[in-house]
Order: sequence, then C-alpha cells, then structure tokens
Amino acid sequence: MSTIKSFDQLEKTREKLRAAVKKDLPSVLICFGTGCQANGARDVAKAFEEEIGKQGLSVNVTIGLKTTGCHGYCENGPLVVVRPQDILYLRVKPKDVVEIVEKTIKGGEVIDRLIYKDVNTKEAIAQYHSIPFYSYQKRIALRNIGNIDPTSIEDYIIQDGYKGLAKALAMEPEAIIKEVEASGLRGRGGGGFPAGRKWRSCVAVKSDVRYVICNGDEGDPGAFMDRSIMEGDPHSVIEGMIIGGYAVGAHQGYIYVRDEYPLAVKNLQSALVAAREMGFLGKNILGSKFDFDIKISRGGGAFVCGESSALMRSLEGKVGEPRAKYIRSVEKGLYDKPSVLNNVETWNNVPMIIMNGSSWYAGFGTEKSKGTKVFSLVGKVNNTGLVEVPMGITIRDLVEKIGGGVLGGKAFKAVQTGGPSGGCIPKDLADLPIDFDSLTKAGSMMGSGGIIVMDENTCMVDVAKYFIGFLVEESCGKCTPCRDGLPRMHGILNDITEGKGKESDIDTLMELCDVLSYGALCGLGTSAANPVLSTLRYFKDEYIAHIRDKKCPAGVCKALITYRIDPKACTGCMLCAKKCPSECITGEKKQPHVIDESKCIRCGVCKDVCNFNAVNII
Amino acid sequence: MAVDNKKIDEIISRYEKTEESLLAILQDFQREFRYVPEEGMKRLGEVLNVSESKIYAMGTFYKALSLEPRGKHTVKVCMGTACHLKGSGQILETIERDFKVKRNHTTKDMLFTLESVNCVGACAMAPVVVVDEDYSGHARPSKITDLLKKYK
Repeated sequence: MSTIKSFDQLEKTREKLRAAVKKDLPSVLICFGTGCQANGARDVAKAFEEEIGKQGLSVNVTIGLKTTGCHGYCENGPLVVVRPQDILYLRVKPKDVVEIVEKTIKGGEVIDRLIYKDVNTKEAIAQYHSIPFYSYQKRIALRNIGNIDPTSIEDYIIQDGYKGLAKALAMEPEAIIKEVEASGLRGRGGGGFPAGRKWRSCVAVKSDVRYVICNGDEGDPGAFMDRSIMEGDPHSVIEGMIIGGYAVGAHQGYIYVRDEYPLAVKNLQSALVAAREMGFLGKNILGSKFDFDIKISRGGGAFVCGESSALMRSLEGKVGEPRAKYIRSVEKGLYDKPSVLNNVETWNNVPMIIMNGSSWYAGFGTEKSKGTKVFSLVGKVNNTGLVEVPMGITIRDLVEKIGGGVLGGKAFKAVQTGGPSGGCIPKDLADLPIDFDSLTKAGSMMGSGGIIVMDENTCMVDVAKYFIGFLVEESCGKCTPCRDGLPRMHGILNDITEGKGKESDIDTLMELCDVLSYGALCGLGTSAANPVLSTLRYFKDEYIAHIRDKKCPAGVCKALITYRIDPKACTGCMLCAKKCPSECITGEKKQPHVIDESKCIRCGVCKDVCNFNAVNII
Repeated sequence: MAVDNKKIDEIISRYEKTEESLLAILQDFQREFRYVPEEGMKRLGEVLNVSESKIYAMGTFYKALSLEPRGKHTVKVCMGTACHLKGSGQILETIERDFKVKRNHTTKDMLFTLESVNCVGACAMAPVVVVDEDYSGHARPSKITDLLKKYK
C-alpha cells in the first residue's frame, strides 16, 4: 500500500478498505495469543485451512480465516469465533474442524459440545458477547483485540485506526495535553500518575531534544495485559506514542519490551515497518510537517528495569540500576533529556481519548480514577484471563460475576493486587471498589492490574515469603535496605514456614518493613514491604498459627504438613505407590494404602495422581 | 561448542555501532550460541569502543544472559504468582529430582538447562512450563517428567 500523505487520503483509504470487506460472509477467527497457541491453535488454523481448501468453499463462499490477538479467555483456548453468527467455540481441537465447517459455517447450526457452559448455573451460551465473562466488560483498551489481525495495518485502519492521530495532528500540542488532562487518564503502569500532568511537565523543561518511551517491561508476576496489547493490537500503542511525541515535541520514541515476550516483539516490529511504509512514522507524517520514529529495545530479564530511571539506563545500553530521583525523568531522563515514559496500556488509551474526546473517556470510572482498566484475573478462579472493566468495579463483582467464582467451589480468601509490591486484600473487603486510591488505602496498590484470586488452600505466610523471595532475586543491589533487608525478611519468613519461628519475629519483620519503606532508593524498594505488611495486617492469625502451633492452616508449608491416605476412600488401585519417587507408599492391591511419613518428601505426586481424592493433607 | 568468530562479527554488524546496541547484541549472542562467549564480549568491546568490564557487568546483571554454555533445550518453569499458587514449586522440584539438576543449572549431558523464571505472562494456563518456545499449560508433577523425556 502506498504512503498516505494527508488526512483526506487516510479517510479515503479507510473507506476503500471498508468497502472491500464483505460484511455478511462467514468468517472464522482463531485466537493466536500465547495461551491459545500453547493449547494448539496453530494446528486448528491449519486444519481449517485444509478443510476449507478441500471443500473448495472459496469458490462459492469466501471464508475469511483470520488469526487474531488474545481474546482474554485463555483458560478455554484455543478459541474460535464464527461470524456472522458470532458463535464462540472453546477448546477447539483439529478434529472438530470438519464438523464446524459442515454444521456451523455451511448450515448455520450451533455445535452444543463446543460452546460455553456456565460452571455454576450450567447454562449454555453460544453468542460470544452474551457470555458473562464478556458481557460485564467495557472494552476500550482491548477494543480491537480478538477482532483484528495484529499483523495487518489495514485491519487496524478499518477499525478507525490512526483516526485519533489525524485529529491530533490538526490540533495544537497544548490542546492535546489539555485534552489528556481533562480525560483524567492516570498511568496504567502502577503509580497512577496523571498522564497529562506528566506530559505538561516535560514540555515545561527547555530542551532541544525530548523523548517518549513506552514501558513494555511487564515484570509483575501474574499480569499479562501489556503482553496481550502489544501482541494483539500493536498499532494502538504506536499511534498513542506518535500523538504523545507530537504533544510534547519529541521526534524519537522507544518501546522497551521484555525479551520473554517474543510474539510481542515480532508483532511490534512488523507493525513499525507497516506504519513507516504508510507514512504514519517518518518525515512529514500525514503532511503535517511533524517527524517521528520509534525504536524497539528488548529488555534483559531484570525486574528493576520496569522502574523508570533503570529502564532509561538500560535503553542507553547500560546496566539497569535506578538512580535517586531528586530530578525527575520528565526533566532529565533518557540521555539526560526530558522524557515521557508511559506504560503500554496508557499509550493505547490515548488515540481513543483524542478521537472521542476527554468527556467521553471521563464518563467511565470513578471520580478520581477515570476510564477503564484491564485486569489479568488469575489464580484460583473459574474464568481466568484478561478483562477490561470500568474503574470502581468491586472485587466481589470481578471475582464472582466475571470470574465465575472460586475454582472448585472452595472458599474465597483474598485477592492479591499490584504485583510483588502490592498486597493482599481479604474477603471481608470484597465490596471495595477497585481504583487507584481505595487499593492504596487498603494497603495494596493498583500496580499494572494483576488480580490474583486466593482460596482457602492458599497460605498467606507462604505468599509473603514468595513475594519477598521474588524481590530478593530482583533487587539490583544498589541500596542497603533493599539488598540486605529483603534477605533478612526472607530468612525470617522461611523459618516461620518451617516451624522455626519465634514470637518476636513479627516485631522484627515490622521493623525491617519500616526500614525499607523509608530508606530504600527507588519505588521497588520502598514498596517491597507491602506483601508482608498487608498479610500481617489482615492475616496475623495465620502467622501465629505457624509460630505458636506449628501448623499451616492452609496446608501448604511442607515442614508443617503430613500427607495421609484416607482408608475409606482408597480403592487400592496402586497408582500412587507406583508413582511415588521415594517409594514410601505400601499396600496390597484393592486394599487401602499407607504412606510412611518418615520417608515422605511431600512432593505431592500421590495427591496429584489419585483419582479418588483419597490423599489428604493434614 | 566452538564459537565462530565470523558469526560474532555478523551479529555485531546487524546493529548500529553505538552503546545503545550493547544489550541487543548480547541477546543475539545468547540466542545464537546459547551463552555469551568471552570472545564475543572482547570483540564487541573493540568494535564499540566500550571497556570489557562494562560489557561483563551487563552480562552478569541481566538474567537473560548467561556466561556459561547452556544445554540444548531450555526448560523454564514459571514461578509467577498464579503458577506459584497452583503448585509450580512441586513441578520444579520434580524436574530437579528426576533429571538430577538444580534450578538455573544444566544437566550433565548438556541436554537441558533448568530455569525458574518470574512469570512468562501465560497466567491463565498456570502452572506453565516453557521448553524452548513451546508452552505447556496446566502442568502436573506426575506428567512433567514424561513430557520432558520427549526432547532429545
């Protein structure tokens, strides 16, 4: 496709592309997100290609076969959507393909076996958008994901892509900043700093060169919304960055992506090439005389590089250590030049705000947290995946309505938000609205949007130990409270989980938390105590059970649990005895088996293989 | 594994000769040779006019880079929060036990390098094991050994 040189030409191209899409013809959309690919989406796509080719359907009926980004409902992949009926099929296997082509595409019939069935109500729903997982969502950031082929810039343009950019380039930069300020958009990376204010402070600094940077170093464990956006809708991020660059007067942008996300890197790279070819990047963009380009930089697997000053050091080709921020990076950032760093989801929202206006955007969400937020709802919940909802939704609605409740009918215990620097919020606070301020008040934080559901079998001391262990590994080692304080805390938590805890440990932990909160150099360190603080605040009784009674109430901490076979439930199938790596299970065939506790290494294999639920943890 | 000097130069030539390219080049070394060879760091220092100690600092700081030769296959056990809750610790211990290898080390026959990683962003399929570029979701301690034995 040729370069687009003006706003008019962009609209004409869009109309032409739209006219070329035949609306009512059947099409098959196959999710090609990481989750679905892992579950075999590639084989399913191949089977569709073969079957459609074999049947010669392309002669009579054109079937659009499209591979898309992540629909978010990864738990049930591979996902296939058949249009125009808008039917969603779950867990599709290559062997189902012939039937789908025959019955659904040719006959318009729904295959009951493959559609969604509600875990709780047992209701079967065929229509994609009627499924509760989707029907409660409001998709702004995820607007295109699942609908478009991320490798096709044409698909993006059809969905009003680069319309926001064209509108922005006709505005004064100051007007754009005002618009973003008025929208109330706050940084989606975790801090929640108002994006418009950040841009304004960057412009206020006198400089010949400025940079805009996209933080795609999504390091929080349990969060993958940025990955899905970069994989599934790369142009939305690029468009946002061009608008941001124009607003603050930058001519060079950088996207810093985790190297652990190969598909995101690939799709972003091809999107940049396509955007350059069509004239959205480069010199004189859309005839506006504005020049801008973007480079991709792959991260090196260091969590601390998600911190702004460390990320910029890493971009410069240095070791990614943070610096003390007496001077903020909007004044002296990359190469000591004023730089605006925003997260993937923040950039992705910008074109929508410009296109639809700030008041439209500010119509969603709460008073101080505007718009929608993408959450990755994972852990012990029935429907796991990516969900986008207006800010202010309660934890209960998120877990119960969209998530379909806790897995296996277990009791809901807490949610963990905000990644390693966040905290755990107990079920008593389930009616808390999820927004930047209420989460912080409850001792956690928004973070990038990971919501990890925990049930009665989750040990909160173990969770605290897990996060501190994570942070010990990821601490860059530059400042003492973080480098030395975290390993001390980890040691104490480890003792507690092994039944060697002392009553005084809780006070020592609190003291160390204080040192970290006040003394650490960067945001990673100052918030590193949150996992311990929040679990101590809401689940102190569990700490005490470990310390005083030497018991792990949730049945997780190895040193404090025993595996035992229930003689009434055991059928004597011998499977566990065969699989036990330490050969400590004995028993005759068809007779109840017994575990020799002195030899048991508590690896959990017996419980995993038992088909009769006969192995219990006590 | 013998390191081909021509390949080193070819990788370096893919990028602009600025310090900014350091990390990307080291990552490409890692991908090509499965580790960052000393020869590569030396050559890179000469070409980009950066001190070797600085490149060494990069090599030790970033987790994605290894200064030791690695196994033919990389097995990443995700230790993200969702995976942790769903028992990834047991998966990791099973592999350590059955393949006689400690986390972040390589088996004696150089077949597998076992890594524990912090979230591969596939939380919905927790617990996740990634062998090279193949993702396996819903991993179980009783099945993981058989899965890995398929790799030769």
